[in-house]
Amino acid sequence: MQIYLPIAEMSANILLLLGMGGGVGFLSGLFGVGGGFLMTPLLIFIGVPPAVAVATEANQIVASSVSGALAHWRRGNVDLKMGVVLLIGGFVGSTGGVFLFRELRTAGQIDLVISLSYVLFLGIIGGLMLVESVQAIRRRGDSAAPRRKLHQHNWLHGLPFKMRFRRSKLYISALLPLSIGAFVGLLAAIMGVGGGFIMVPAMIYLLGMPTSVVVGTSLFQIIFVTANVTFMQSWQNQTVDVMLALILLAGGVIGAQLGSRAGARLRGEELRGMLALMVLAVCGKLGFDLVARPDDLFSLAEGGH
Amino acid sequence: MRRALVLMLAAAALVLTRPASAQPLVADLSDHLIAVTAGFSGTDVLLFGATDGAGDVVVVVQGPEERLTVRRKDRVVGIWLNQDSMSYERVPSLYFVASNRPLAEIAPKTGLARHRIGVDHILLRPVERDTAAAEAAFAAALIRNKQAQGLYSHAPGQVVFLGGQLFRADVSFPANVPTGSYSVTVYLFREGRLVGAQSTPLVVSKIGIGARIYDFAQQQSALYGIAAILMALAAGWLAGAVFRR
Repeated sequence: MQIYLPIAEMSANILLLLGMGGGVGFLSGLFGVGGGFLMTPLLIFIGVPPAVAVATEANQIVASSVSGALAHWRRGNVDLKMGVVLLIGGFVGSTGGVFLFRELRTAGQIDLVISLSYVLFLGIIGGLMLVESVQAIRRRGDSAAPRRKLHQHNWLHGLPFKMRFRRSKLYISALLPLSIGAFVGLLAAIMGVGGGFIMVPAMIYLLGMPTSVVVGTSLFQIIFVTANVTFMQSWQNQTVDVMLALILLAGGVIGAQLGSRAGARLRGEELRGMLALMVLAVCGKLGFDLVARPDDLFSLAEGGH
Repeated sequence: MRRALVLMLAAAALVLTRPASAQPLVADLSDHLIAVTAGFSGTDVLLFGATDGAGDVVVVVQGPEERLTVRRKDRVVGIWLNQDSMSYERVPSLYFVASNRPLAEIAPKTGLARHRIGVDHILLRPVERDTAAAEAAFAAALIRNKQAQGLYSHAPGQVVFLGGQLFRADVSFPANVPTGSYSVTVYLFREGRLVGAQSTPLVVSKIGIGARIYDFAQQQSALYGIAAILMALAAGWLAGAVFRR
């Protein structure tokens, strides 16, 4: 059963789209990740123009983060002050990202930059996660691994504009979360992701936030950053396809519920190891496409220079 | 199909009963509007007509003109990336051709070129001129890519004669048909010379919910962005509420 996507200007099988939404939703529920980094490449693989895939996925992430963030909010797992500082940076980064996106698109290099960003970040994150989970599985059984210090002091703590974040029990320079927010916002605009896969490690390792508030705060700011990307992409590039977003959402909501139930029965290390392998597989496919000789060296793009 | 048959008979009656001085060719389409609806997955349009005697019929369907850029990838430090490009103004977004026998048998190359009949004879002149070899390579690439998208004919389609004077051709439009105003031109050749031509318009238009979404996104982009966000927020909240036990 075909459905015509008005902004992507193509017709696609509605069952395939629902299946993709459900599949990625299942994985995101299973692993507790946003899934944007899987969905955007998948959309590009089935022929959705990259510009539409990235912008539409941002719209979908708004929806998928809301239900997650609400659940964390009720449990008090959101550091509101930290979230606001992060999202101020995120607004700046994502707005700049949309304009950069527009320039790159005109120059004919947006596909390359999207692919390169994916290969780089998926490669790094996937590799680190794989190493970490393999070590964790090996260490299992060894009792009482040496505990790390809560956090170490380094040059980052010498920066000015210090701020107190009570919920996270931190007293750090506001420049730190601002620049992390801006960087992740930039990636959100260019890669069509929420950026949780970078935000969460950055919060834990760079900011030293307690893990209990990390996911809730990350989801909280992702809502606003992806909403900003949705608005800017609609306004500047007219690339948000609400029809596509709705179909993916419908599949994603159900998939995520099934996934989170299945996830409760699996162990953390295996789960992270599987996620790492999947991330590396997507990275490998995109990387291969960059270096393999294309079938046709020439390609068409609408519009002039 | 019955309607098409009736239309064809009407066309035949027109040709056969008119005075001898009138045009040698009449043709029309079974539909002048292709509606791209939410369930659209391509459609067929029947072209039919009649001639006032023996001859060869060529049908050319041209989509709305567009600006187009062709880019060539080159290998840079192991990665294939876009390097050279050539831009074109006024390229037909779609170009189909159909004839009752191979084009080469109908008219000499110069005659076909003069009337821009056939994929090889589409006028492709880049905005910034380049060497002849480069222009030829990019033009060939443009046609090849359009053919791969199903928007330019690979080989001419079939015009079928029923008896000596009635003819018909089925034109298949793919799901990715560009929207806008089309022209469908029917040429009549005799002994290699053009003796008649007739043009008839065709409009491809988005209809229904898809059209409304598209117009909204194009004309009120900022408002559309806000609506998209509100929709996502509502859907997310709803999903959370439904599955919360």
